[in-house]
Amino acid sequence: MASADLGGRQATAAPASPYAIELKGISKAFGSVQANKDINIAIPRGTIHGIIGENGAGKSTLMSILYGFYRADSGQILVNGAPVTIPDSQSAIRAGIGMVFQHFKLAQNFTVLENVILGAEDGPMLNSSLAKARKILADLSREYELDVDPDALIEDLSVGHQQRVEILKALYRQAEILILDEPTGVLTPDEADHLFRILRGLRDQGKTIVLITHKLREIMETTDNVSVMRRGTMVATVKTAETSPEALAELMVGRKVLLEVVKNPAKAGNVVLSVKDLAVKDEHGVLRLKGVSFDIRAGEILGIAGVAGNGQSELLEALGGIAPASGLVVLNGAELPLAGPQANGKARRNAGIAHVPEDRQSLGLIMDFAAWENVGFGYHDDPRYQKNAWLMDNDALRADTAAKMATYDVRPPIPTLAAKSFSGGNQQKIVVAREMDRNPDLLLIGQPTRGVDIGAIEFIHKQIIALRDAGKAVLLVSVELDEIMSLSDRVLVMFDGQIMGERLPAQTDERELGMMMAGMIAK
Amino acid sequence: MDFATFLQISDTALRFATPLLLACLAGLFSERAGIFDIGLEGKMLMAAMSAGAVAAVTGSVWLGLFAAILGSLLFAAVHGLASITFRGNQLIAGVALNFVASGITVLIAESMFGQGGRTPPLEGAARFANIELPLAETLRAIPILGPFYAEVISGHTILVYVALALVPISWWVLFRTRFGLRLRAVGENPASVDTAGVSVVRLRFSAVIIAGVLCGLAGAYMSTGLQAGFGREMTAGRGYIALAALIFAKWRPWQALWATLLFGFLQALALRPDVVESMTRLAIPVPFLDALPYILTVIVLAGFVGKAIPPRAGGEPYVKER
Repeated sequence: MASADLGGRQATAAPASPYAIELKGISKAFGSVQANKDINIAIPRGTIHGIIGENGAGKSTLMSILYGFYRADSGQILVNGAPVTIPDSQSAIRAGIGMVFQHFKLAQNFTVLENVILGAEDGPMLNSSLAKARKILADLSREYELDVDPDALIEDLSVGHQQRVEILKALYRQAEILILDEPTGVLTPDEADHLFRILRGLRDQGKTIVLITHKLREIMETTDNVSVMRRGTMVATVKTAETSPEALAELMVGRKVLLEVVKNPAKAGNVVLSVKDLAVKDEHGVLRLKGVSFDIRAGEILGIAGVAGNGQSELLEALGGIAPASGLVVLNGAELPLAGPQANGKARRNAGIAHVPEDRQSLGLIMDFAAWENVGFGYHDDPRYQKNAWLMDNDALRADTAAKMATYDVRPPIPTLAAKSFSGGNQQKIVVAREMDRNPDLLLIGQPTRGVDIGAIEFIHKQIIALRDAGKAVLLVSVELDEIMSLSDRVLVMFDGQIMGERLPAQTDERELGMMMAGMIAK
Repeated sequence: MDFATFLQISDTALRFATPLLLACLAGLFSERAGIFDIGLEGKMLMAAMSAGAVAAVTGSVWLGLFAAILGSLLFAAVHGLASITFRGNQLIAGVALNFVASGITVLIAESMFGQGGRTPPLEGAARFANIELPLAETLRAIPILGPFYAEVISGHTILVYVALALVPISWWVLFRTRFGLRLRAVGENPASVDTAGVSVVRLRFSAVIIAGVLCGLAGAYMSTGLQAGFGREMTAGRGYIALAALIFAKWRPWQALWATLLFGFLQALALRPDVVESMTRLAIPVPFLDALPYILTVIVLAGFVGKAIPPRAGGEPYVKER
């Protein structure tokens, strides 16, 4: 019986407190940065509790304290009403806390079973542990829709299944409290729905779920209660049924936020970019982009939807002149060289393409360099930045950076500050300022709001729409379906390096796009 | 090549393969736990000198073996301290240890014995004796297998049989025990072990210590089994050949046995240029034969023998992330 094996913790003595977890006055500082300030929260047993907040609000720090990665400077943790100290992960596991990290902690060439028993083996020999785990896993799969082949290697599983392995790991360790950190970032909408079904099933069995996310929709659909964090403090805990996305967003940011993107109908003009049979191979010779064709017109935003890793990155890199490609690409009537020395980022910039790369920290910025140096990248030979034939005019570049920072609302507006000292949203604004301010004919923009705060998301979206309304073409790649749906004038869905189809945002929904993202062409 | 010559070369091949096998298994444990160990050579050299010196002074090969393991462990501990505790670069720490070993072994041997960096020739109880396996003479009558058993398998020192026994033992430990599962996991994704509440540092140190003991056996065999005393740079790159064999074997114990036997066979062949010449009808220069194992090493390291995927977390110090 699964319940007999797993319910041991529940069976022993009726818990004295209605709360699974209580945090009292938790504070944690890293140097001069106060990551958590006097946090108080009580999470009732048998509920799904959401924790939202912008990046850097202190959610991850708080959960790391709960899982024994950090020790709080002060404060008290109570599990089931009893005070506990959690100096390491082992103690957290013993207290019945399980964690599903955003980046899975699995050994790739191990089987599911081996990963599940790792660290929780019964004895020095593996065989009996494996046999026992096989049985318990079978019971758990049946009970909670957690189907995974116990003998499959992790590297052969989809991310959705890998995540189930992480949940199974926690349940195998008899976790009564399950913390999930941004669990849907890598999932298709269908996989996310399945995950939430699993979580509801776990809750109905009396387990307590803590869901950390920045997606308001998930909070509204899934949680019973929600706590909002802002700048290291817990600003509110409310019943989900008694709040709204707008109210939560305002709590997170501290001011009113426009969640809906407001835009006029597109006035599409001439074809700016025409792509035919564009294909890209990776360094191992594997075809990642398998011949895609599309046009983008002036004054429209073409959105590319898809789960990360289905060829969108290669598409951006091929068009941005970073990766060699084959096929035919015509920009404003002129064919672009796709391979060889002529295919480079500088040539593309000169041709009128600006590129905000997906990974701003590795491709968009040099984190240790100052903002003004980053603003100059790629545009060093701009005559405005030249003192004479030999020397750059750094003062001019700094002045220009200060001007851009004002226009694009970069905070703090200090050109000499290193890129890494800005928050994610402001780093992105620096890249956006550099690229958009050139008034390109075509803007390539990947994951424009990944790791960006709600307030900055609003601003960046406005800038993208302003560029479109100025008659420019925009190619938008994002794994956030909400973003694709609200910004795009047309949507292409990519799966496995191919385009599965085109939809108009007004005439489709997330379900249909999700099916296409999973490789099933919607009828 | 007649059968008697074949037996003779095979016998030599097994002797030459033994230190390679021990070092290769040492590397196997270390690298499976995510610690690249380029310092096998230095540890073997240190062990060979320690064994030679202590056996010469005490007259006991067993004390020599004990000293060899201690000497090798000392180096392993430094490597662990540098690359695990202080999260230094594993390769650089290993190379540094090789340099230190190359110098310090000669220095110690010279200051103890004053014989130009050598230890005195060992004899009697100061060396490992060859063991006659049971029934070797009785079974000789059986065609082919009998002589093979008597000539090739029988008649080696205890360390050869220890090395051979360590192959199935290593496989069993790595793939059938809890320790092995955790060890392999820490080389694949240390975060998986850490979040499971198991100490990454302790596991990696255990692996480095096992490697130290095995290198100790390898070095002791060099100076008290294969040869009779320690000589300057006597390991002659065997630590690197063992690394090549490890890649050849794709980090698996049984394949490590076959790979090191192949290298041992090439080394044995270099001693019999007459056989090579009679078989190939070409006068192959002896230096070329001597170089064959090293040439094979280069070929293996250059990746000409299929794709070998090392443990994914290999070479990287583990830093806990949020």
